[in-house]
Amino acid sequence: MMTEISLNVLDIANNSIRAEASLIEIIIQIQRDLDSLTITIADNGCGMTAEQINKVEDPFFTTRTTRKVGLGVPFYKMAAESTGGSFKIESTPGIGTKVVAMFGLSHIDRMPLGDMNSTVHTLITLNTQIDFLYRYIFDRKEFTLDTREFREILNDVPLNSPEVSAYIKEYLQENQHETDGGCLV
Amino acid sequence: MKSLEELKAIREKMQGQIGIRNESSEQTRVIVGMATCGIASGARPVLTALSDAVQNKGLTNVAVIQTGCIGLCQFEPIVEVLEPGKDKVTYVKMTPEKALEVIDQHLIHGQAIKKYTITEVLG
Repeated sequence: MMTEISLNVLDIANNSIRAEASLIEIIIQIQRDLDSLTITIADNGCGMTAEQINKVEDPFFTTRTTRKVGLGVPFYKMAAESTGGSFKIESTPGIGTKVVAMFGLSHIDRMPLGDMNSTVHTLITLNTQIDFLYRYIFDRKEFTLDTREFREILNDVPLNSPEVSAYIKEYLQENQHETDGGCLV
Repeated sequence: MKSLEELKAIREKMQGQIGIRNESSEQTRVIVGMATCGIASGARPVLTALSDAVQNKGLTNVAVIQTGCIGLCQFEPIVEVLEPGKDKVTYVKMTPEKALEVIDQHLIHGQAIKKYTITEVLG
């Protein structure tokens, strides 16, 4: 079990990294009027066949050889479905994979979203070969972080250099605060 | 909203300085297990503590990287320290506090902290 949803997101995004994606898109959408929290994680990695998609929700399926169980997707699916939400994986071999999880926002069993900024910051600074597009939507407001845009400005200054890493952290924190007014999701 | 202008200022300041970072075989690698088992056991704050400390203390010869499941899920969060020319040291059941001790005692002063290593924990 993950203690916050942002940890599930970090875990699922690591599957995209293993799938050799060059672009990973993470969208957090909070809609208070619909009482929903929808999280989309999409990549342009190697994708999965229909057979693999069916298996991936099974805890006893994994492509890894270090152990016999793979709990990432089952944990995430359970976290969403236990809040009256839904869970869906779409994937095409050679094109990519998209994982959409919908949570009941006010459901008692919904884990807190937690520190999404830390998840995004970790992903960007430890996987500088990959581009990330992060969108955080809170009702009608939103902000975006696109590492392709950052890279264009930075030229060859790496995303994990101390100054840039600190900037990314502040960018996430300040923009999230302006988007949701510090509302704890 | 935080502007991209600040990022431009950073680039101007940084350009010309890059390339100083040591990427050779001299570099010490600190590897954090970040599979489901690691993340569920608290690897993210450990990783953040390590990369922040390496940056703040200016340890340019240390690279903090992540890996998948090491195969010892019950001992997560696991941190491996690989120094050139030395045996690998595997720290188990890490916390951000223990990670900072590892930075100070092991990476800066060269003394591995035995009590946190897998060999000690396994007895």
